[in-house]
Amino acid sequence: MSSAPRSPEIAPAQPAGRRSLGVGRVLIIVYAILAIGATSRAIYQIAAFWSRYPAARLPITLSALSGVIYILATVALLARGRAWYRVAWITISFELVGVLVIGTLSLVLPSIFAGPASVPDVAHGTVWSSYGVGYLFIPLVLPVLGMLWLRSRRAVVAEG
Amino acid sequence: MIYWYAVLEVAVAVAAGTLCLVLGLFGSKPGDLSMGAVALVEVLLLGQLGIAIVAPLVGNSPTGNIVEFYIYLIVALLLPLLAGFWALVERDRWSTVVLGVACLAIAVMVVRMNIIWTVQIA
Repeated sequence: MSSAPRSPEIAPAQPAGRRSLGVGRVLIIVYAILAIGATSRAIYQIAAFWSRYPAARLPITLSALSGVIYILATVALLARGRAWYRVAWITISFELVGVLVIGTLSLVLPSIFAGPASVPDVAHGTVWSSYGVGYLFIPLVLPVLGMLWLRSRRAVVAEG
Repeated sequence: MIYWYAVLEVAVAVAAGTLCLVLGLFGSKPGDLSMGAVALVEVLLLGQLGIAIVAPLVGNSPTGNIVEFYIYLIVALLLPLLAGFWALVERDRWSTVVLGVACLAIAVMVVRMNIIWTVQIA
C-alpha cells in the first residue's frame, strides 16, 4: 500500500508537542514497564513486610520512591509543554543520581539496604541496588538515554 | 506452574520480541505478523492464568508468595494490550519496536514468575 498523499495544510498546523514521538515511544514503554514493576513491587512489599520487618523499611521506602519517580518520569515524557519537560529532566536526573548513589552504597555498605535474609523479595533490596543488576542494568542505562532524548527534543519544546 | 509450559512461553516471547524488534528496526509498521506474534504471547499468558488457577487445586502449589506471582502475571497480561493499543493508535516503525520490547519484558517476567512458583532461596 502506498502512503496517502499528505496534506501540506494540516501537517504544519499541528502544535509542536503533538508530533509523533517516534523513537521516544520506545523509551516511554520501557519507563512505563519499570514504573509498573517498581510500584507494584513496592505496594506488595509494604503490604507484606512493612509492619513485620522494621529492619526492611529503608529498602522498601526506596522501592516505593523509585516507583513514584518512574511514574512521574513516564507521565512527563508523555505529556506536552515546558513544565512537563522540566519535570522530565528533574525526575530523570534524580534517577541517575539514585542509581549511582544507592548502587555504590549497596556495594560499600550492603547491610543497610538488605532486608532480612528470610524474606527473599526484600533481601534483594531496591531497584537501584548494585546499579540495577536485578533489572538487567536498565535503571542505569535508561536515565542516560532519557537525557539524550530530552536534549534532542529541546528545540521542539522551545518552539512549542 | 508447569515447567515445560513456562519454557514454551519464554521461548515464544523471546522469538516474538526479537521478530518485532528486527521488523521495527528495518522500518516496518505493525502488521499481521508482528501483531499476530504479540497475540500469540498473550494467548499463552491467558493459558498460564488458567494453569495458575487450576494447579494449586490439583496439588501443584506455589512455594513462593502467590500475591507477588499474580502481580507479575496481571502486569504481563496487560502489557500486550497496552503496546498493541499504542501500535494501533500510532502506526509507524517505532510501534513495532515497542511491541518487541513488551514481549521481551514478558519473557523476563515469566522467568521471574517461575522462580516465585518453584525456587525459594530461604
